[in-house]
Amino acid sequence: MLPEFGFGTLFLAFLVAVYSVLAALIGERRRRPDLVESARRAQLLTWPLITLSAGTLVWLLVNNRFDVSFVYEVTSRSMPTYLKITAWWGGQAGSLVFWAWLMSAFASLVTLRKWDRDAEFLPWVILVTSITLAFFLGLVIFAENPFNRYWQTMSGDVVERMFRPAGSLPFFPQDGRGLNPLLRHPGMIVHPPLLYLGFVSFVIPYAFAMATLITGRTDDRWIHITRRWTLWAWLFLSLGLVFGGRWAYDVLGWGGYWGWDPVEIAAFMPWLTGTAFLHSVMIQEKRGMLKQWNMILIILTYDLVIFGTFLTRSGVLSSVHAFAQSAIGPAFFGFIGLTFVLSVALLLSRWTALRAEAEMKSMLSREALFLLNNLLFLSILIVCFWGVIFPLISELVTGQKVTVGPPFYERATAPLFAGMMALMAIAPLSAWGKSTWKTLGRAMWKPSVVALLVPIALWIGKMRNWAALIGFFLVALVTLVTLYEIWRAARARQKAQKETFPVALMRLFGRNRRRYGGYLVHISMMLMAIGILGIEIFQTETQGTIRLGQSLSLAGYEVRYDDIARFPAPDGREVTRAVVSVYRDDKYLGELHPRIDFYFDTQQTMTIPGQRSTLADDLYVLLVDWQPVSAEQATFKIYHNPLVNWLWLGALVFIAAILIAAWPQPEAEMVPVVVTSSGSRRARVGASD
Amino acid sequence: MPKTKFLLGGLLILAAVVYLIFSSTAASAEYFMTIDELRAKGSSVIGKNLRISGAVIGDTIQYDPQTLTLTFEVAHVPGDNKEIEAQGGLAAVLHAAVTDSTRNRIKVVYVGPKPDLLRNEAQAIMTGHLGDDGIFYADELLLKCPTRYEEAVPQQTQP
Repeated sequence: MLPEFGFGTLFLAFLVAVYSVLAALIGERRRRPDLVESARRAQLLTWPLITLSAGTLVWLLVNNRFDVSFVYEVTSRSMPTYLKITAWWGGQAGSLVFWAWLMSAFASLVTLRKWDRDAEFLPWVILVTSITLAFFLGLVIFAENPFNRYWQTMSGDVVERMFRPAGSLPFFPQDGRGLNPLLRHPGMIVHPPLLYLGFVSFVIPYAFAMATLITGRTDDRWIHITRRWTLWAWLFLSLGLVFGGRWAYDVLGWGGYWGWDPVEIAAFMPWLTGTAFLHSVMIQEKRGMLKQWNMILIILTYDLVIFGTFLTRSGVLSSVHAFAQSAIGPAFFGFIGLTFVLSVALLLSRWTALRAEAEMKSMLSREALFLLNNLLFLSILIVCFWGVIFPLISELVTGQKVTVGPPFYERATAPLFAGMMALMAIAPLSAWGKSTWKTLGRAMWKPSVVALLVPIALWIGKMRNWAALIGFFLVALVTLVTLYEIWRAARARQKAQKETFPVALMRLFGRNRRRYGGYLVHISMMLMAIGILGIEIFQTETQGTIRLGQSLSLAGYEVRYDDIARFPAPDGREVTRAVVSVYRDDKYLGELHPRIDFYFDTQQTMTIPGQRSTLADDLYVLLVDWQPVSAEQATFKIYHNPLVNWLWLGALVFIAAILIAAWPQPEAEMVPVVVTSSGSRRARVGASD
Repeated sequence: MPKTKFLLGGLLILAAVVYLIFSSTAASAEYFMTIDELRAKGSSVIGKNLRISGAVIGDTIQYDPQTLTLTFEVAHVPGDNKEIEAQGGLAAVLHAAVTDSTRNRIKVVYVGPKPDLLRNEAQAIMTGHLGDDGIFYADELLLKCPTRYEEAVPQQTQP
């Protein structure tokens, strides 16, 4: 009964979404506000319906209903309850339901806002979000149904169907196959949902962009409305990427966090266009430029989001993420192609209306530098896209399949990232409209001189790696310039307003959240850059087979093999756990417990590192091999990862910075106007940049 | 006047990106080959960055934990996905490759920890180069075990 209920509510949600598309379209064409209102209510109804369906799915997962094929594929009796719940997005069918659920929630949130001033957008926003929703629900219902059950026919075959085939009996497997061990990790709670939250939230600015193009109301209204959506989307997507990196670091056992795997790149590409978009909308708001460009960026972001969802879930590429296999590829490519062509056609039809209101005059003006920053983001996107499609191109042209690996991406993107860092140092100091080297130089020379001390100190400290020296110089420069800029503004405020420095600093951030939140984001990026430079350039490793009591040494550390034990764990694993002691300069620093987990249900092993983390470096010890026959000896692999903790530290600062930038604040036009007794009016202007 | 300046700047960036892409592609391209192709090309591919895939033959797996040296043989499997589907899916193709002793095989040497998924009839995807001795020296070793994830319906019958 329950699977039918889950499927039924989902099917209803699909019908309601289709209805809301049609009602919005007809209501707009025939000028029938009642129909548009009906479309709006229909859209609001999809969320409770999908919630019921998703709730049913989770109930089936938690209660071991292995007669449901999706439950059989992603859970097993031995899994803890929290993992059974997260198994919701552990397989393709479930994760598409999850996507639709989020889409519906966000679409509902948007339709619940006050529409008085933007009534003409409403039908089109409903149309775009409901089409996207209906597409995903359609995929679930017609291609990837998570509620399919197993049936045993008269001939003894077991088949997978939604409804009972004639003459068959329900088939109930004893236990499920279990989630892939790689996914049995607390990271499963945060990484996929955050990534999906980021993906789905970007649909909202896209919907408003399309509404803008269709209605021809080509002012900046859509950007004002979706400003915060974009920031949240960006926060979620960025965190999704960072948490994914942390998870990989903790379980994949290669001492790294990012492997330029095609699926990672698929999630990274919308982040690139989204970040470019986040910057260039400011130019439109401030200067009325780059309007066509912003449209291009949001269209790209939307289709890259759909593409990313497809790649992460389709299994077309061999990667650590390819857990799912399916035949939904053509539907995805059809949808991406169709939305892309339609969006671009719409954009071209409004091309002249989106002309810039001003002309760019100076190469050093802030708008020119923002444009340059955008071009760099797009350049990285092109590099990534080239890397992903290169095998296909080369096969078409030469008949020989040629792929490019991480060295390609590292080599091609490193100068672009360095250019981006240089821009982060210069752009905040340049002025709108016109800037000269002279004014820029005056603002920059002090921090530059101080920043130069960093590579000089490192050089004296015997560092001879040019990439690292340039990298650390840029990190120091951006950090100092940004801090200096914040300090200068706070000092100016302190003098003008006669406030104490901390108060001036707080109010500075409060009055101009987006700008100073943005500066903090830049600083957080620099903290992450320290971690990335450290592990990418200075990682060292060693490996060896040693007897009990013997040691391996690496980067000044001694790792002594003390003990090993094999025992079963309650959640269906057999754990082989080694105890090693870490020493540095004969000083005892602590114990680490690298281990190998063997999962009975999937017959797979996982190598879990023992880690010792400090701000200076990480010691990352892997138990590679141990056989009870040769109990005396075991094989270890050890990585020394300098500075990598700064990457995660930067991520924390990043979250705080975005919260500052995105925290609700009265919009300028909604600011209360205080009328004093004398009749003079003072308006507090909130959001200005 | 500023227009030409911006145009020049744009062209400069474009040229830089094109240069970065092409030089990096040339420097790090890996040639994806099947074992049959590798055998056919012979010595012309020695030293090039190669990415090959094959079916692991379980009996040949040897691991020396002292030197962390892993050796095994892989048998030819088709590189084209459509071909694999036509032959009954990856699991069937891998099984056929391992049992058919007339197939081209190649010996692989890899130094490092023994991967958890290395077993008979796994698909090994390796990057590395072909040595003068005809042995493939892998720098990177990825494994896929399709059997577990391809069985569409459960095996054991339990009402």
